[in-house]
Amino acid sequence: MTRPENATAIVTGASRGIGAAIAVALAQDGWKVGVNYRADADGAARTVAAIEEAGGQALAVQGDVADANGMADALFERVEAELGPVLALVNNAGVRADGLAISLEDDDWTRVIDTNLTSAFRLTRRALRPMVKARFGRVINVASVVGPRANAGQANYAAAKAGLIGMTKTVATEVARRGVTVNAVAPGFIDTDMTSDVPDAVIEAVPARRAGKPEEVAAAVRFLASDEAGYVTGTTVFVDGGMSA
Amino acid sequence: MPSTITPEAVETTVRDTLAQFGPEASDITYDATFEQLDVDSLDLAELSQVIEDEYGVKLKGDDVGKIKTVGDAVDLVVSKA
Repeated sequence: MTRPENATAIVTGASRGIGAAIAVALAQDGWKVGVNYRADADGAARTVAAIEEAGGQALAVQGDVADANGMADALFERVEAELGPVLALVNNAGVRADGLAISLEDDDWTRVIDTNLTSAFRLTRRALRPMVKARFGRVINVASVVGPRANAGQANYAAAKAGLIGMTKTVATEVARRGVTVNAVAPGFIDTDMTSDVPDAVIEAVPARRAGKPEEVAAAVRFLASDEAGYVTGTTVFVDGGMSA
Repeated sequence: MPSTITPEAVETTVRDTLAQFGPEASDITYDATFEQLDVDSLDLAELSQVIEDEYGVKLKGDDVGKIKTVGDAVDLVVSKA
């Protein structure tokens, strides 16, 4: 099954870091891209500009994915109206609120689960309907090496990301016979604003002995979104320099 | 504006929708079971969405899980009107 003409992708949290790199990579493959962001309008504008300069089409759409009140519908309707049918969804938006479990507040637990896991479910549910109808779709969840692996201080983040991988597997089996694939990408230590406070010593735990680049994660997403990946579903691609090996 | 719900209209919508999923239109009789028609749970989820769009009737997963025949589907929608 090949990607229908006019196919559009939505990437959440695409104003910077991994999300921005994913948006650019998908545009290089001919996808029109809805660039979702919560607060960083300048960053989202830069992502859109990078795509347009390369001859692609993109639209920045503000919206907090953690907002349960019709956010998914509003985001999809705007992108569908201005770009085209949304046949790829990349659930990338994520937050951290670290602390040892013994002292982690309910608010920090809930915020991380809501943004990193529940929002991905809501957006996926909204995305699947037109994908199933079109007999083509790509859902890609940006998980993490944290979840499959322990990381002290991130019980909330690990739970959300492990949850994403579990959700990925089950939803994949539900829609596989409609040409819709659902996969996860699990980045390791990637050099972004979100990891700028991570001590350099962490690099020593990475077999590759370096941080990954956002573009290296984006390349895996680009593959999973491609026609060539039509038989890959329910799986998790680790982009982690060997951390999970 | 949702269409008016009559058993005849709903039956037509159900038959037309199911026909898109593969079974021969002539096999989709009122008493035909989804098993006979090779209509699966995802097909029924799609049918529910068509019904909701057309008639404004929201079918719950629980309700849809219980129906076994084309007639059951029609009766369920009509009963929710």
